[in-house]
Amino acid sequence: MKLANNPLRRVLRFYINGFRNMTWGRTLWILILVKLFIIFVVLRLCFFRPALSGQSEAQKQETVGRNLTRPAQ
Amino acid sequence: MYTYPLLSLATALIDWSRAQFALTACYHWLFVPLTLGLALIMAVMETQYYRTGDNFWKETARFWQKLFGINFAVGVATGIILEFEFGTNWSNYSWFVGDIFGAPLAIEGIVAFFMESTFIAVMFFGWNKVSRGFHLASTWLTGIGATLSAWWILVANSWMQHPVGMEFNPATVRNEMVDFCAVAFSPAAVTKFLHTVSSAWMTGAVFVVGVSCWFLLRGRNRRMATASIRVATVVGVIASLLVLYTGDKSGVEMAKNQPMKLAAAEGLQKGGTQAPFSIVPGVEVPGVLSFLATHDFNGYVPGIQDQLEGYTDAEGNVHLSAQEKMERGKKAVEAFGKFRETHLSDPGKAAEARQVLEEHGEYLGYGYLESKEELVPPVSLVYWAFRVMVGAGSALLLLLVVLWWMARRGKLEQYRLLLHAGLWSIVLVYLAEQAGWIVAEVGRQPWAIQDMLPLNAAVSDLPSENVCLTFFLFLILFTILLVAEVRIMCKAISSHREADENNSNPQNQEK
Repeated sequence: MKLANNPLRRVLRFYINGFRNMTWGRTLWILILVKLFIIFVVLRLCFFRPALSGQSEAQKQETVGRNLTRPAQ
Repeated sequence: MYTYPLLSLATALIDWSRAQFALTACYHWLFVPLTLGLALIMAVMETQYYRTGDNFWKETARFWQKLFGINFAVGVATGIILEFEFGTNWSNYSWFVGDIFGAPLAIEGIVAFFMESTFIAVMFFGWNKVSRGFHLASTWLTGIGATLSAWWILVANSWMQHPVGMEFNPATVRNEMVDFCAVAFSPAAVTKFLHTVSSAWMTGAVFVVGVSCWFLLRGRNRRMATASIRVATVVGVIASLLVLYTGDKSGVEMAKNQPMKLAAAEGLQKGGTQAPFSIVPGVEVPGVLSFLATHDFNGYVPGIQDQLEGYTDAEGNVHLSAQEKMERGKKAVEAFGKFRETHLSDPGKAAEARQVLEEHGEYLGYGYLESKEELVPPVSLVYWAFRVMVGAGSALLLLLVVLWWMARRGKLEQYRLLLHAGLWSIVLVYLAEQAGWIVAEVGRQPWAIQDMLPLNAAVSDLPSENVCLTFFLFLILFTILLVAEVRIMCKAISSHREADENNSNPQNQEK
């Protein structure tokens, strides 16, 4: 009984029942999950590597500083 | 004389990077205003339910919440792609802006988005499970969370238009925030927020009006449609008046901080006092532009040529020519380079270089330009976008007033042409929204950060083919999302059937 009244369990049950009773919302959740997969896995990992990634703070300063100040050869 | 390698980057790279950012922002802004606008309207309707206990308002609020949910589901996280683009396509910019840009975006992500996400669950799952008061609070807090999200994003955008509250540190090559309040509450940010959010409320109102007009044209859900039009037209008219008021404030801000954008929006080559407002090319109203820019019919408004050649304003302030600014900017960039070469090895020379940099620092961005013509944004695009925005906005205000009046008199269904106009106004409001952002963003070209960093210095050195590829990937992804949204939305609208009229009987009211 005590366990059933635990606020965390009640919140969890609220969410579980909410998702379970969804009708049209399921389609939307599928859409959301597919979209998030495309954005965070496909696009982020395959196409969007930050240009300064893998560099230390000092290296980033150096790279951008050089880009913004270096005279042409 | 120095030239900089960034200047020789293929124009294609900058153009593809710009096109990609523009595409993402335009699509993102299809979803956001409807979220903000519907959030307000469904909250007003639920408040009616809370006040009266009439199930009719509950069902009406739930219907609009359903459409809100569809739009939210499709639109959520589309803005994240803009942040990916900053890191990948605009890496010099991303580093250069430092935490000034990062802080508002982080606050947006942590506070506002979580608030929105928490209460949206209560709003959708909580009907008949939580008290009416708590549910109503959750609905309002969902809308407030979404609006706070918009606040922080617009603070970041406003800083790019009018950078304040920071100091540039040449050692770290970053701008460092020295006054958070100056960034978060700058007049430019406050005005932009109010203008943008009120325009989103207008979008939500017009959407509700449009869908309701469609129901009336079909002779379905008539009670719900009429009641929705009454609520939405009131919200829409108030929002439209706010848009007008904040638009006027935006004009004054623009005249102060971005006079080139204002001149481009008016196609004003030579300015002066009593500057005319151009309705369309060849049709001008004398003095009105001066009034809009300075709230004085005799106020001085510089034109494009004045700004390129230099001018003295009405207060006697001398504004340098573009050529002079570029020369000072090149001195600033040169001093910046000397500082970086010497700041670890020769503090004396570094201090000298820093002094020169500080002396010419306000023109730093001009040092990256090749010619003064680069300072002029695409005039035709900005000019016509401004007219579409103002023209569509004015037409919508008029339409909302007429619809409100007809709905109040109970004569709405007699005027089918008006109902058709209400339905098609959905297209008009989106046109106005997109045109507004074109004025704001295309009008400030060539700057990534006004006067500090032009696009050619902000862009990453990437193969333009890569950016081109991701441009088309986004085009496909966003188009699929848009088609999905429209299809699901149309299905939800067309399948909706109003609950039994008896639900509105006082005997059936929930206590």
